[in-house]
Amino acid sequence: MCSEFEPRIIVFACNWCSYAAVDLAGTSRMTYPPHIRIVRVMCSSRVTPEFVLKALAEGADAVLITGCHPGDCHYISGNYKTLRRYLLLKKTLDQMGLGDRVRLAWFSAAEGERFAQFIKEFVKDVRKLGPLSGGR
Amino acid sequence: MSVEEVKIGVYVCHCGKNIAGVIDPRKIAEFASKLPGVVVARDYPYMCSEPGQALIEKDIRELRVNRVVVAACSPRMHEPTFQGVLARAGLNPYLLEMVNLREHVTWVHGDDPEAAEVKAKELVSAGVERVARLEPLETERIEVVQNALVIGGGIAGIRAALNLANAGFKVYLVEREPSIGGKMAKLDKTFPTLDCSQCILTPLMVDVANHSNISLYTYSEVESVEGSPGNFLVKIRLKPTYVDWSKCVGCGICIEKCPSRVPDEFDEGLRQRKAIYIQFPQAVPRKAVIDPDACFYLTKGVCRVCERVCPAGAIDFEQEPRYIELKVGTIIVAVGFDLYNPVKLYEYGYGRYKNVITGLQLERLSSAGGPTGGKIVRPSDRKIPKTVAIVLCAGSRDKAHLEYCCRIGCMAGLKHAYYIKTSIPDAKVFICYTDMRSFGKGYEEFYSRIRSMEDVYFVRGRPMEIFELPDGTLQMDVYDQNSNRMLKIEADLIVLEVGVVPPKGFEELRKKLKIPTSPEGWGLELHPKLKPVEITTDGIYLAGFIQGPKDIPDAVAHGGAAAAAAITFMSKGYIESEPYIAEVNEELCSGCGICVPMCPYDAISIVEREGRRIAKVDITKCKGCGACAGACPSGAMQQRHFKDSQLMPEIVALARGI
Repeated sequence: MCSEFEPRIIVFACNWCSYAAVDLAGTSRMTYPPHIRIVRVMCSSRVTPEFVLKALAEGADAVLITGCHPGDCHYISGNYKTLRRYLLLKKTLDQMGLGDRVRLAWFSAAEGERFAQFIKEFVKDVRKLGPLSGGR
Repeated sequence: MSVEEVKIGVYVCHCGKNIAGVIDPRKIAEFASKLPGVVVARDYPYMCSEPGQALIEKDIRELRVNRVVVAACSPRMHEPTFQGVLARAGLNPYLLEMVNLREHVTWVHGDDPEAAEVKAKELVSAGVERVARLEPLETERIEVVQNALVIGGGIAGIRAALNLANAGFKVYLVEREPSIGGKMAKLDKTFPTLDCSQCILTPLMVDVANHSNISLYTYSEVESVEGSPGNFLVKIRLKPTYVDWSKCVGCGICIEKCPSRVPDEFDEGLRQRKAIYIQFPQAVPRKAVIDPDACFYLTKGVCRVCERVCPAGAIDFEQEPRYIELKVGTIIVAVGFDLYNPVKLYEYGYGRYKNVITGLQLERLSSAGGPTGGKIVRPSDRKIPKTVAIVLCAGSRDKAHLEYCCRIGCMAGLKHAYYIKTSIPDAKVFICYTDMRSFGKGYEEFYSRIRSMEDVYFVRGRPMEIFELPDGTLQMDVYDQNSNRMLKIEADLIVLEVGVVPPKGFEELRKKLKIPTSPEGWGLELHPKLKPVEITTDGIYLAGFIQGPKDIPDAVAHGGAAAAAAITFMSKGYIESEPYIAEVNEELCSGCGICVPMCPYDAISIVEREGRRIAKVDITKCKGCGACAGACPSGAMQQRHFKDSQLMPEIVALARGI
């Protein structure tokens, strides 16, 4: 049996923009691969590095952090903090060889189609990377 | 913390076939019933319906369920609904977790029901993990300021301002032009009734000026917005007019004498105005303004003729911008639209050929107050045009320009044919259309009326290219899909019904107000059907064209709806404070202060407590983003409802799967 690797991806979404984009992808009946699991937070700046590392340690093959476009944060500047934190985290992850598995992307509340498209691509990329835990 | 045993109820909604058409809700409920802490799991066709809600209420009362998972639609849709159910049953409303099976599972994975079922189960399982750890939250009541700010003095803003003012609320109306009136003030007549636009608009403009509850700030712009819903602090910049409006009586002597001329924006460039000008004869307020880019004195340092001739001594070249601060409970954004730049439609030659004009320019030509006194002439030689072509969808419904319909062009085009036929009875009119969209009340009848007029020809097709002949006459080829023929039309005048775009400056304004936008740049309403004027921030509402293309009846209705939403928000008198605020575990906090600069609202300070430095959160300032909690190295700073102890089990459950 050699079936294709089905990755598991945790997506952090902010309440105001990216979660709304995920909702809009649904309302617009877009389809995308079923490999993502959304965790809702009020702002992407709530996401600590521990959340990301824990997700990877517990079985996720990749993590996607999402928020409002720069300048559009509901809380003025939360997404800039997310960006700074992400870049630091990525340095560490790169050293561990995990840099490609954690991404940051911005989605406005109107970008449902873009979200669906992004997930299609991301799942494809993670498939190429292969399972993180060597397969469950 | 209470030691009460956690009793979770899981309620799986079919949402008709929206969820049940892809996965079997009974299977999900059965799966949920075996999860730790779950005492009851049920499914129901419509959980949000009255009997569905009653089901949950009954379990809370009779089975002592004290945590609720509703696996249904997005929390952005029905979280408040189900929070209400908990509250009615006597449970703290924040002991609820919504699992989004519809938007995140069945609507997007209809092509893979098996995977959808697994995902649904995993999401429910993570929801159960999370809900078990949720804590009751309390909110406080915050007083709401009983004033409203309306940005934009077009017809939608005017309607909203008058409704608010008539309901007894104080209204500040801010308009960046010297006069209110907006685009409607430029129109000659309105479709389909052919009402005189000025006759129905100007009385409302006067009402605004005279209303004791309305303060009008024209030639002003929003500088900054701070505060929160119910308590916004808005700074307004009053641009210098160089005329003391308390003295100016609008006599116009200065305008007669002013030597500097520039194209008149109000007349769409069809004539010239002076550097000192009154925007249009019915302007409200009817006061003069000096255009600093055109004034000889302000650009070159010589002239001051207006100052010498003004009988009221109103000219004041020393004026600087002034700033005022307003405290308002609600903000209505009614900033309208701009026409798409017709020069970009290169094949139509606008800007190169004088006799290619926009529909708005034709409005000015047809208007009694316009540059020709209402006589329709072609701009190149002021001759009466005998053949006129009207091109609909100029830039609209065209992926190279604007994909969307402008929603006003078809009816405006028909109305323009009427202008021409009544002004020049022997003229021939060609209307080049894509589809005739006559959707509104009385619109189809108006279309029939124009269609039956003599020498009005309907051509179904878009012109390929427009060419100019030496005498200024225009020529175009258009393939008529109705007759299946290529037509060559020679016209004296071509009118483009140009597409519409969000107005200049909206990008900056929307950032100040945090208004989300659709990909085309229009303001994004919270829900297209249920919340057409609301946005993600409470207390800020969209009115009129800025939410998306609208004709006048719809813009007025939308403006009224925005006013009603603002009144509803303010008349309750208070709002609940933010429940998801930050809190500090004083035992764990080392007072490192990393959280302090994280807070965009300056809500965190470091204080001394029993000889130790610790962080303190000002709960009146905290808006609940969680940035501080995300940065805290010790986990001392936590966000209520989104604590590490609440999110981590959810993340672990989702990462592990079932």
